[in-house]
Amino acid sequence: MIVHAQTAVIPSFRLDCGVTLAPVSIAYEMYGELNADASNAILVEHAFTGDAHAAGIGETDGKPGWWDLMIGPGKAFDTNRYCVICSNVLSGCRGTTGPASINPETGRPYAMSFPATTIGDMVRLQKELLDLLGIPRLLAVSGGSMGGMQVLEWAVSYPDRVLSAIPIASTGRHSAQQIAFNEVGRQAIMSDPDWNDGDYYEGDPPRRGLAVARMVGHITYMSDESMREKFGRRLRAKALLEQGNSDVFEVESYLRHRGNQFVNRFDANSYLYITKAMDSYDLFAADNLANLNESETRFLLISYTSDWLYPSYQSLEIVNLLRSRNHDVAYVELTSNYGHDAFLVDVAQQTEAVHGFLASVSRNRQARAGRGRMASERVAR
Amino acid sequence: MNAEAQAPAHGIVPSLLGREDYAIISSLVPEGAKVLDVGCGEGELLHWLVENKGVEGRGIELESGKVHKAISKGLSVYQGDINAGLTVYPDDAFDVVLLSQTLQETQQPRQVMLEMLRIGRKVVVTFPNFAHWSVRFSLLFHGKAPRTKFLPYSWYNSPNIRVLSIGDFEDLIAAEHWRIERKIFLAGHRRITRWPNFLAEVAICLVTKG
Repeated sequence: MIVHAQTAVIPSFRLDCGVTLAPVSIAYEMYGELNADASNAILVEHAFTGDAHAAGIGETDGKPGWWDLMIGPGKAFDTNRYCVICSNVLSGCRGTTGPASINPETGRPYAMSFPATTIGDMVRLQKELLDLLGIPRLLAVSGGSMGGMQVLEWAVSYPDRVLSAIPIASTGRHSAQQIAFNEVGRQAIMSDPDWNDGDYYEGDPPRRGLAVARMVGHITYMSDESMREKFGRRLRAKALLEQGNSDVFEVESYLRHRGNQFVNRFDANSYLYITKAMDSYDLFAADNLANLNESETRFLLISYTSDWLYPSYQSLEIVNLLRSRNHDVAYVELTSNYGHDAFLVDVAQQTEAVHGFLASVSRNRQARAGRGRMASERVAR
Repeated sequence: MNAEAQAPAHGIVPSLLGREDYAIISSLVPEGAKVLDVGCGEGELLHWLVENKGVEGRGIELESGKVHKAISKGLSVYQGDINAGLTVYPDDAFDVVLLSQTLQETQQPRQVMLEMLRIGRKVVVTFPNFAHWSVRFSLLFHGKAPRTKFLPYSWYNSPNIRVLSIGDFEDLIAAEHWRIERKIFLAGHRRITRWPNFLAEVAICLVTKG
């Protein structure tokens, strides 16, 4: 399935910080067909450094989407039945407006003059996109990691537009440890002289800083066990080494490779803005919870045993909040050795759970719609 | 399907999903009720109740593999421990709370009963009767921890850490001033009406706060 990215333009968009961005572009992809009453739409939310290319083979780069294992015909998000939409987040650098975009007022990239953005802003922009696409209500909204935060934000901001919410390997708020890891990444970028206070778009970007930030990130995405299995203490073959005689462990070489790859596709300033948005998010803030009161959204939360970046206790915090308010919530901690990455790569059980859950949400919706029709027919008679 | 779940007053009890106690339990759950199944396993009974009695079903189960299977059936099951799991729900969150063949496995049965009666208007509890004649005779004649058809475990691997009889359970109900609205006793396929504490293998009680 070859897919192509599309871009919508929102003429004017007001942010939580009070600043209005005009215009804002939002890049998105769609898979599967939207049905006549637009009732089969599922919004998928990408994680921190992801993008709108969630499934299929990209038209330009020929690469599979980041959740291609989960989205497609017969998969968890079955594109034979559902229409799946994924958009790039606000402040991103993959087609949606962010710090690397041109500020129409100056004709130069925003860089650090880009306003502070929040998870709430990301979600509100997605709502604007759905309004443009004519989708009044989502059958489901789902995503892992930072994607899960957006799912939760959808559920509290627009409860009547979300029939079901599936946050995976996520949290309602960052712990000190998660903020700390993000701060290490930010400091790595900002201490690179090429960062130049964010003003690097006409020169060299802060490649070294961004690569180091990514290396730290990669460590947190894996587990001790998955790293032992994948690399152990194996050394990289000498012949492949570019310089010097010192031994290089496989894991070092891997991290350097991933770091260097990353700088070619990601903007350092986006890294700063998005990590700040994640760190400041708090599902448990009082006004968020008030919005949940009348919610009939069904929830499915999934966490992974070896995920130490977003450990299960954080999912449980959300689950218990929902249970204490008598919301409809399912929760399972799945077993995997893959750490935080499990939701992307170890998807067999996740697929079954999501598949069954969505089928049930779909049946409920149809039953409710049927009852609604019968009631209105009775009124008509 | 519902006829299958109706429990006759005497004689042979039909089975539901291969279990007589399920047939009785399902007959005690009203149509469309909001139901919590505590220790729901893979959710067979809960699924049946959702499909056939239109209940709004929730479950609690400790084992991840079973929770995964239940969720894959479309059930809202939460993976967690019973003790910690029940305390989070608000008062009267459910019309009916089910505890099927699990009371004897809990560390704090009284506490579990209290919590279930707090979060549910009605509680359906089923448990094996450790005063059934076969258990009594086994202990009397063999002098060893009884192993019977319906209590197949050895003393060292049994999950049944609480050994209670129907009489014991009724004593607890009386002491706590709870009320048993319905009690049904089974031995295999048969419904027991006389000398249940001697003849019944399984008790099914519908309990309220009284």
